[in-house]
Amino acid sequence: MKKLTVALAGNPNSGKTSVFNMVTGARQHVGNYPGVTVEKKEGKCKYDGYEITFVDLPGTYSLTAYSIEELVARNFIIEERPDVVVDIVDASNIERNLYLATQLIEMNVPLVLAFNMSDVAKQKGLVFDIEQLSGLLGAAIVPTVGNKAKGKAELLDAVVETAERGNQRHTHKVSYGDEIEEELAKIEMLVAAKEQQLAEKYGSRWLAIKLLEQDTDVNAKVHSKEVLDAVTAGTEHLRDIFGDEPEIMMADRRYGFISGACQETIKSTVESRHSTSDLIDAIVTNRIIGLPIFLMLMYLVFLLTFKIGEYPMGWLEQLFGWTGKTIAGFWSPGSESWLKSLLVDGIIGGVGGVLVFLPNILLLFLAIAFLEDTGYMARAAFIMDSIMHKIGLHGKSFIPMLIGFGCSLPAIMGTRILENRRNRLTTIMVIPLMSCGARLTIYALIIPAFFAEKWRGPMLWLIYLIGIVLAVVCAKILRLTLFKGETIPFVMELPPYRMPTPKAVAIHMWQRGWMYLRKAGTIILAISIILWVAMSYPKPSRQSLEGLNPQQVHKAKLEHSVVGRIGQAIEPVIRPLGFDWKIGTALIGATAAKEVFVSQLGIVYAVGSSDQGSQTLREKLRVNYTPLTGFCIMLFCLISTPCVATAAMTKQETNSWGWALFQFFGLGCLAYAVTFIVYQVGSFISG
Amino acid sequence: MENEHLRPLSKVKAGETVKLTRVNAGQGLNSRLASMGLLPNVEITVVRNGHPGPFVISVKGSKMMLGRGIANKIMVL
Repeated sequence: MKKLTVALAGNPNSGKTSVFNMVTGARQHVGNYPGVTVEKKEGKCKYDGYEITFVDLPGTYSLTAYSIEELVARNFIIEERPDVVVDIVDASNIERNLYLATQLIEMNVPLVLAFNMSDVAKQKGLVFDIEQLSGLLGAAIVPTVGNKAKGKAELLDAVVETAERGNQRHTHKVSYGDEIEEELAKIEMLVAAKEQQLAEKYGSRWLAIKLLEQDTDVNAKVHSKEVLDAVTAGTEHLRDIFGDEPEIMMADRRYGFISGACQETIKSTVESRHSTSDLIDAIVTNRIIGLPIFLMLMYLVFLLTFKIGEYPMGWLEQLFGWTGKTIAGFWSPGSESWLKSLLVDGIIGGVGGVLVFLPNILLLFLAIAFLEDTGYMARAAFIMDSIMHKIGLHGKSFIPMLIGFGCSLPAIMGTRILENRRNRLTTIMVIPLMSCGARLTIYALIIPAFFAEKWRGPMLWLIYLIGIVLAVVCAKILRLTLFKGETIPFVMELPPYRMPTPKAVAIHMWQRGWMYLRKAGTIILAISIILWVAMSYPKPSRQSLEGLNPQQVHKAKLEHSVVGRIGQAIEPVIRPLGFDWKIGTALIGATAAKEVFVSQLGIVYAVGSSDQGSQTLREKLRVNYTPLTGFCIMLFCLISTPCVATAAMTKQETNSWGWALFQFFGLGCLAYAVTFIVYQVGSFISG
Repeated sequence: MENEHLRPLSKVKAGETVKLTRVNAGQGLNSRLASMGLLPNVEITVVRNGHPGPFVISVKGSKMMLGRGIANKIMVL
């Protein structure tokens, strides 16, 4: 079977994903482009004796070197040489969408234009002379309706036909007017003569255009001084004539070309009037009720993710509990088989720990897919923008940060809604400071142990507030230091509202869930098993356990294990925080999952972990520690990384262990510093 | 219209339609705005002049949202 590679290009909101889903169905593979955090989706389809691989390029308005997304899309087209590029054009908003097409024409790629959402265009009263427009642009045009799966066969026919015809030189090109063309001709000639390799790969006209636009990426590739001098001279000459950057003039000419082509071939039969979209916007972005509506929707998202998610989570936990017991049943009660412990505590515990988050992730992405596909997400960014902008984040960052109060894992994965890399990284770094649900179990243990009834509410509130304040401060600092520069020009399209199709939402959800299991899940599993080993080995000798009750046996085993030993070894380091080795051991165990802190503390105090146990544990804590230490424990747990799964997820989403380690140790250091100050100042004041 | 003078987009009231003359910004922003259709001589309708929130404009049949900082840099007539 012959193979074809087809790249899908298009503006954001042009319905590119719906066309991608239409042609590939659910056979999709999601990954990253090498070295960057830009998502790469691939899907396959068999048609007419061909196996066609579709690659979904990032949604862009242009193909400049100013954003990673545009560079990725452009490099893919140049380096991978797809057999056909399909540009998905929103037919109801044709002029703006054809801008990208003009750049693809300039790149001289075999091009097919999918006039998507042709049903909406029809409703708007737009009538296209497809044949003539196709002739003017030098590319086949196929009307499609991606979300209703219309035009699939026609699109694939055009793709195959274009691929078979091969790369024809486009005779139709944008003309930039005499002055610019003159400079382009000069540069083109020089490039062809002096930079033969580049010219062969990229085409000399395209190189000349990009050089004149002062494209940094292309500029860096050219070494010939003569070429660069000609570019500088040309740019200055054009600046003199037009009083504006050549780049802007060239964009202007491209739009001129488009509007010329459209004038002849598109007729509008209906006067545009107030659309439903305007009406909805008037309500949801209203100055007074816009924010309450947004907060209510966010509350629903949170409820869906965690409250509804509780049920499947519970079932999964039961299932794993039952499986563990069944497998343990193969051994005689009280047996000390390492295999049993590995299977039950290590593997089933680890797999269970991975799978329990799956419902949350699926439900969160169900909500996100719905908000994105309807077009509300852009409005949410709009509503939150003035607040989030102050801390240097995007309005959309609010959503993953809110999810962080439930669990950091779906929250970090949810940062995929942010297009800008710096924004996304900053948000990922501070998400763990949103106090997650697992940490609540620690507060629930500590607060009643040390604080009077009337202080318990305010104390909990204070802890959450400290997390939020720290997140804001850290985000601001990160944006001013590590992720500074490239002030994100906040320009965003507000797409018209649309009803999402269940299929699109389902595919989106399925992809995220699968990605979580396959990528983050495997790392989380591996680390859980390592931690299990560290908590179970080495074992104390049999003689030393004789005569101890079960709780004391547990305690002795933990003390003897790697984790217990580390806990004891680091005591001098954590002493200034008011912690002893028992707390240290529990803290290390808690890196597996924050709620483990409570059960670990139960073990080192040999009280077990039942409800009664937690009551006795509170008494033990009250006897052994001051309220200040109690507060410091909560503070440390709040600030330090919630769990190794978070680190694994950060690694997966940033595509680098570096960021994961930075986050893990950065938060650890911050936790140490803050707790140190609070404990030292606190003990000084209280004498 | 000779009597009208150049002003930033941020000073334009909601409902007014104006013509873009230039953008006082660096190359990156300029090019991004250009690719979205914000070019000299383009007609812009201000849908909402957000105080203090972002700005909503309508250009070439689609709605766009701009930060206030950007609206200050876009000069219109």
